Amino acid sequence: MTVDKQVERHHKIPGFWQHYIFSTNHKVIGIQYLITAFASALIAAGMAMLIRLEIAWPEHSWPILGTLFPGAFPGGVMRPEVYAALFTMHGTLMVFFFLSAALVGGFGNFLIPLQIGADDMAFPFLNMLSYWVYLTGLLVMLSSFFFSPGGPASAGWTSYPPLSALKTAIAGSDWGQSFWIVGMAFFIISFTMGGLNFVTTVLSMRTRGMHMMRLPLTTWALFTTAAVGILAFPALTAAVVMLFLDRHFGTSFFLPSGLYVAGKLLPNKGGSPLLWQHLFWFLGHPEVYIVMLPAMGFTSDILSTFCRKPIFGYPAMVGSILAIGSLSFIVWGHHMFVSGMNPYLGLFFDITTLIIAVPSAIKTFNWMATLWEAKIQLRTPMLFALAFVSLFVTGGLSGIFLAMAPADIQLHDTYFVISHFHFIMAGASLFGIFAATNFWFPKMFGRMMNETLGKFHFWITFITYYCTFFPMMFLGLHGEMRRLYDPVQYYTMFKSLQPINVFISINAFALGAAQLVFVFNFFWSMLRGEKASANPWNANGLEWTLSSPLPYENWEGNSPEVQRWPYDYSYPGAAKDYLPQVVPEQAAAGNY
Amino acid sequence: MKLLKRPLEAWGMFLIFALIVVIGTASFFIKWMPPLASNRISIDQMMNVLFIITGIFFVLVQGLTGYFIWKYSDQNKERSTYIPGSYALEVTWTLGTAIILAVLGIWGVKVWKKTVIQAPPPNALQVEVVAQQFSWSFLYPGPDGVFGKLNPKYISFLNPLGIDPKDSAGKQDVWTKDDLYLPVGKPVVLRIRSLDVVHSFFVPAFRVKQDAVPGMTISTWFIPEKKGKYEIACSQFCGRGHYTMRGTCFVVSNVRFQKELAHLRKEDEGE
Repeated sequence: MTVDKQVERHHKIPGFWQHYIFSTNHKVIGIQYLITAFASALIAAGMAMLIRLEIAWPEHSWPILGTLFPGAFPGGVMRPEVYAALFTMHGTLMVFFFLSAALVGGFGNFLIPLQIGADDMAFPFLNMLSYWVYLTGLLVMLSSFFFSPGGPASAGWTSYPPLSALKTAIAGSDWGQSFWIVGMAFFIISFTMGGLNFVTTVLSMRTRGMHMMRLPLTTWALFTTAAVGILAFPALTAAVVMLFLDRHFGTSFFLPSGLYVAGKLLPNKGGSPLLWQHLFWFLGHPEVYIVMLPAMGFTSDILSTFCRKPIFGYPAMVGSILAIGSLSFIVWGHHMFVSGMNPYLGLFFDITTLIIAVPSAIKTFNWMATLWEAKIQLRTPMLFALAFVSLFVTGGLSGIFLAMAPADIQLHDTYFVISHFHFIMAGASLFGIFAATNFWFPKMFGRMMNETLGKFHFWITFITYYCTFFPMMFLGLHGEMRRLYDPVQYYTMFKSLQPINVFISINAFALGAAQLVFVFNFFWSMLRGEKASANPWNANGLEWTLSSPLPYENWEGNSPEVQRWPYDYSYPGAAKDYLPQVVPEQAAAGNY
Repeated sequence: MKLLKRPLEAWGMFLIFALIVVIGTASFFIKWMPPLASNRISIDQMMNVLFIITGIFFVLVQGLTGYFIWKYSDQNKERSTYIPGSYALEVTWTLGTAIILAVLGIWGVKVWKKTVIQAPPPNALQVEVVAQQFSWSFLYPGPDGVFGKLNPKYISFLNPLGIDPKDSAGKQDVWTKDDLYLPVGKPVVLRIRSLDVVHSFFVPAFRVKQDAVPGMTISTWFIPEKKGKYEIACSQFCGRGHYTMRGTCFVVSNVRFQKELAHLRKEDEGE
């Protein structure tokens, strides 16, 4: 019987191209997304290193860079246009092509069918298409470094027009901005395909017994994220189309009359630069939660597993995921307190932003309460998840300053903001990704990630992350603005802060270098790591009932029947300290 | 051997969380903000209260998390306790957070109304601020107190703001480049606009920041309260020379201010 089954299964596995390259299998697509996203993160992190080099030692000559990139570093000194291109592409690649892609495309694809007991996504072909469209978008973005006259887009990842609309305003707004628009359009299309797939899959393909309130929080978060993405991204789609028309077809969506740029009066009439800001942030703020929510989900599941305790307050956790998802649509104006929008709107966004802090606080307290009375196992995924909580708290509390409109007057566009979102959106999500990668790696590749290397990577990353981003708050309080090519040549008020910038940069370099340990560990463990058992962490989710590495088809049609929620750790009376979701009530005391 | 009841990682995490709490909290006792030089003291008061409230939460949450990690890493313990939640606890901290945030929200609304929405006193000095890549221009009305029209079609080397030569109200207007003179203690309304891209007028010492958006004239007002020289920054990325777009604000006595204006008018007529 078993032999027959194996033979049958063997026949279903397609050849190399269909299996590894043009695959419609959610697991392969998830890994493709993840590895591509890591590659763009490495590129974007490299850019951050150059940015930090310039800020700490502005306009210093580095002969080696002059030799390597004579165009960008004439005489070894970075050109201001290059600096602008670097921070623009750093932000774009990190937010969209790394964080969103890794969390949603990577883990979303990999985990959703496994955790709900489905064999694959609802639309496997659409899923494959989503990855290839994403990759195309990434290649378009990156190609602007080589093929675009004037270099890549340089108007910041927010691309505010008129700067992004007029090629005479900055070099990067020549062809670079068009590459950016096209790259973003591909990304949005890809994200929409993925999102539709996720929502449909979670709603219609859950296995028997897996009702919504038995879903792991990871799936809840990924589901909500997908829904938020589908609803929020169209605003940016509309915006980039309008920007493209403004740039190439003489329309004036974002261009008012009386623009006088580079010695010329422009013929545009009637547009509003603020319209872009509203459209951009209508996506831009939900986007923050698109990358936050999945990381929150991972953290909840990982904390629970390594605390050997149920996640504290599961219904409240689900409720706050949904609350954050919905509220994320009515807070965008807090990016625009000083933009010149009607100041009465500021009142509204001030209040809504503080309201969204409530579900975030609930989640934090629940994570802390999960630790309470636990027997904690400090494995690598757990360390990252705990650090996530710390970063989330630091970022969240600094967010209250920015939510308060009057305080934001002082802090807007300063390093305080940079610090804030590198803790909460970038940092916490990054740590969520590290936690999840270490946690689900055995399912992906059938091997464990090396624990020693993992912990080494963790300690360096956690410490240098704080040392890099915490001091930025002080710069911001003093008033130092973001995006300054040279903070001290013109402004005397920032001279005394320059040692802080040097300190930050040195830590940033260490932080960057530590990521190479992770890259090494990832690939080394994939090939040479210790072989993993089916359930190496003794976890409860459905994915752990399958072999490691996973079979090509998850359940081969014999989908499991779910008997309980995924958080029965240390269940009173059970023999073992975990009860997988498939264990029936009456069997709990016996076998488990 | 007692120490080894807990793995090394537990001690490591405890140490890092302790450092975060201690260094993080201590560093906010340093006055990072430049000394206030305007009437916007309510922003500073708000910051101070926020430091205290967020500081308490920071110490409590980070501290407890670090302590819990250490405490509950005890490997001699047989098993975790099965606690799926607590209605009382959850309601308490939800309501507690909501009340604190509601109070903050109401206060934020009040201060925002006072600093941004409230109309300036009628006797306020009006100054037109025109941003362009990469400089600031400041236009003062003539003795009639009325600005002449600005129209970009008149922009030239000698008239970079595009003052309409046909508008008689503009005849006695004077402008300066990158230097803004303000009389101490007198309310001033800045009417901020931009000729090309989005810029932002920012003087950290005044707690004043307002974007300059092409196609719009956006007003903001305050009272400079200390004489001195203050740097004006552009805080919205505006292009290649963004980092060079610095102006200087001279807050001077009213007598000196009138002298400066008279001097500028004389220079203007000299041309």
